Amino acid sequence: MSRTIEIAGRILDYVGDRAEAEIVVSGGESALTRFANSFIHQNVADEGYQVSLRVAVDGRVNSATTTSLGNLDEFVDDTIGIAALQRVDESWPGLTEPTDVVDPHHFDEATATATPAERAQRVADFVAAAPEMSAAGYCETLGHDVAFVNTEGHRAFGRFTRATIDGIHRTSGGTAGTVGAAGSGHATSKAFGDLDGATVGALAAERARRGGDAFDLKPGEYEVVLAPECVATIAMFLAYYGFNGKSHAEGQSFAELGQKQFDASIDIYDDATDFRALGVGFDAEGTPRRRLELVEAGVTKGLAHDRRTARKAGVAPTGHGEPGSEVWGPLPTHVFLEAGNTSVEDMVASVDRGLYVATFNYCRVLDPKVLTVTGLTRNGTFMIENGKITGAVTNLRFTQSFVVALSQGSVRAIGNDARFADSEFGPGMMHVPSLQLDRWNFTGGAAG
Amino acid sequence: MSLFDLAQAAVEGALAAGAQYADARVVIAKSQSIAVLNQEPQSIDQAERAGIGVRALTGSAWGFYATSDMTPAAARRAGQQSAAISAASASVPGPTMPLADVPVVSGEYETPFVEDPFAVAISEKVDMLIGVTKTMQSVDGVALATGNLSFWDTNKWFVSSQGHRIHQRLVESGGGFDATAVGESETQRRSYPQAFGQYETGGYETVRNWDFPGNAGRIAEEAAALLRAPDLEEGEKSLILEGSQLALQIHESVGHAIELDRILGWEAAFAGTSHLELENLRSHRYGSELMNITADATLPGALGTFGYDDEGTVAQCVDIVKDGLWVGVLSGRDSASLAGLPPGGMVRADGYNRLPMVRMTNVGILPGDSSLDEIIADTKDGVYMATNRSWSIDDRRLNFQFGCEVAWEIKNGKRGRMVKNPTYTGITPQFWAQLDKLAGGDEWVHWGTPNCGKGQPMQVAHTGHSAAPGRFATVRVGVRA
Repeated sequence: MSRTIEIAGRILDYVGDRAEAEIVVSGGESALTRFANSFIHQNVADEGYQVSLRVAVDGRVNSATTTSLGNLDEFVDDTIGIAALQRVDESWPGLTEPTDVVDPHHFDEATATATPAERAQRVADFVAAAPEMSAAGYCETLGHDVAFVNTEGHRAFGRFTRATIDGIHRTSGGTAGTVGAAGSGHATSKAFGDLDGATVGALAAERARRGGDAFDLKPGEYEVVLAPECVATIAMFLAYYGFNGKSHAEGQSFAELGQKQFDASIDIYDDATDFRALGVGFDAEGTPRRRLELVEAGVTKGLAHDRRTARKAGVAPTGHGEPGSEVWGPLPTHVFLEAGNTSVEDMVASVDRGLYVATFNYCRVLDPKVLTVTGLTRNGTFMIENGKITGAVTNLRFTQSFVVALSQGSVRAIGNDARFADSEFGPGMMHVPSLQLDRWNFTGGAAG
Repeated sequence: MSLFDLAQAAVEGALAAGAQYADARVVIAKSQSIAVLNQEPQSIDQAERAGIGVRALTGSAWGFYATSDMTPAAARRAGQQSAAISAASASVPGPTMPLADVPVVSGEYETPFVEDPFAVAISEKVDMLIGVTKTMQSVDGVALATGNLSFWDTNKWFVSSQGHRIHQRLVESGGGFDATAVGESETQRRSYPQAFGQYETGGYETVRNWDFPGNAGRIAEEAAALLRAPDLEEGEKSLILEGSQLALQIHESVGHAIELDRILGWEAAFAGTSHLELENLRSHRYGSELMNITADATLPGALGTFGYDDEGTVAQCVDIVKDGLWVGVLSGRDSASLAGLPPGGMVRADGYNRLPMVRMTNVGILPGDSSLDEIIADTKDGVYMATNRSWSIDDRRLNFQFGCEVAWEIKNGKRGRMVKNPTYTGITPQFWAQLDKLAGGDEWVHWGTPNCGKGQPMQVAHTGHSAAPGRFATVRVGVRA
């Protein structure tokens, strides 16, 4: 039996009949091997468990977390004691009734037990893809168990693993102040064995090689081919600010259910049970996770809900309750943007004059209601002329509504290359292809 | 067994497993956060993170292992693991990682505070925030009124294989509130004391000092007025920044750029590098002669203040920019040694289970001799922007665009109409060269940033940035989609 189940059961016993309570115990080992200037410089791991307890005493709610397992009875007493002193929470949605939870089996034993030597070998393969360049990045493996119990008798348990290799190659070594061309590569899977450091390193090196002699392009609107990393950022912002049941209820979301807000070629869904997904099959409230349609054929179809936002909206929770969702709102984090059937080569070949962008950097929202975002390009920005990449461009700043960018008639092609891509907000959350978009608003170049 | 002994067991475990150097931190970190939305408590949360983190150095790489199991056997095992992880790095080796010498210290430090924030009843805090949100909701047009408070009480016991034994207790407090007006196709927000709140080292007195109830009505009125205000037009103007926005400008375009680990390329893949090159230290002009920046971990009350950093180096004040010239960096024992500079005592970790790394302390601008009123009176054609709303800067900390919550036109020395959606953009050294007026006196505030992200795995640091309102002669403003 997993230790998480044993700990959760012990806490449930401590609570007894003094409160409504839900308990999440998660833990295991995480490890990350980091490299820069083509050698490993920081190599870390940690083990441990975290206990999250939320209680309601006659509608008075309090929550607490701890990593200390030695005094759990006091932890429970304190959490209940503080709750009893609070005001009644009129929006308290109550607990999840006992219900079936399907285990999506996103666990790989070899990943959970991967050694520092094995991670170092993936790093060595990445670095060796371009020994003449300077490499930087990381290789991560983690394996966690998650147990859920509540005082209504609901139980759930899951295990998951995640493995990532992510990095850049730069054409000039030495100190970072030396401006050189950089290219990036990324791979994430539930299975460490799926990661090929050499392939990911080769893509990063190829982008860096092509990035030499970059020139400053005049800002303006350009047709773009966006690599999966850029599309992951778009998908993350759509999810965080738009398909968020709390933001929607507050009038801060662009999402209008039933409205055709995107190009007819766009399908987006959230599905922790997909065979490619990561994570467990339930959320922090014990709600089973199921496929949730967010956009179908360009029509906005769904929103993510935890129990609190679902109750207010008069719908069923969708399995998106997480610690902090009371404040930030329920967020889709198992997002799939359906792949198309166009290769990146064919996308580039169809562009008369435009840009290919490998990754976005440091994107921030100017207004969530229209999802206008500013950010920069990074690690590979290339000019496309007459169907061919003709040279590298220095990084550009853009200011662009992500909703408008995907609106009807704006999507020229969807790539056949869907994979997990890092949106800058962590790996394994956005599974997306490349996109060819009619226009993208670049508002500044290297000179500002 | 004392907590020092526990840390010592971890260090001994690492040394026995072959580490050349090792240090360990036992950390017990308590926090509390409260959030209220529209007079209803959204979240009341207490957290405790406790455990041991051990750092071992062998050759060119740090190995680090952390465990929440605070037993002597687990501590020793964690030390052994850290050394084994460090040794495994040898298959992708680099130059030997040197450590600069620092005084070996046995020390004790505690944040001065008046009112223990954890001793103040949660109900009092909730009631205050409910009152603030009620005031804001009474203003027509305000749809969302939120208030937040957060408190941290962190104890750390540090031991190194060189003989350090340091205990320190850091107490941090703060919070803020904001009003959001929702229009047909836009949202407008005003925050107080700054975006995401104001945080300082100290007790609950820091929250009382900011007088949340007394400012709620004004903030809500401004949020509602923004819906009716015209957009700031694009152009080039004199730009006056309110203190907290200047603090963020320092954080993003100076604080991160001077991190030595970024300059050395250690953060190249994620956080990024820097436009600064070490060979130009003491010759690169960062900005105008009004620009004097220090990294001062000793400032009473500032959020980045402590007694010792997380590798045992005593807190200090370091010149970063002097009369516009770049003269200093943020560093730790390893990075400083590589660069041939004195170690700055600026290495910190986000909890027991993260590897200490170079972080900002209190990176702030020294006060000028003007005031906001004098600056406005001296400005013919400009815009005054307040409170950050968006921030974006490239991976070398050169090309930035910031948005603020509110702005007012300045014409012929007078504050004119309110304008919305204000943004400005620039390139770091050219922008700072435009600094031609700087306030001081009571307008110089130790602004605190509680959410500075860096590193992999991601770490969140609490940093301070002293600043006052300042003017930049000519800046591109009003860039929108």
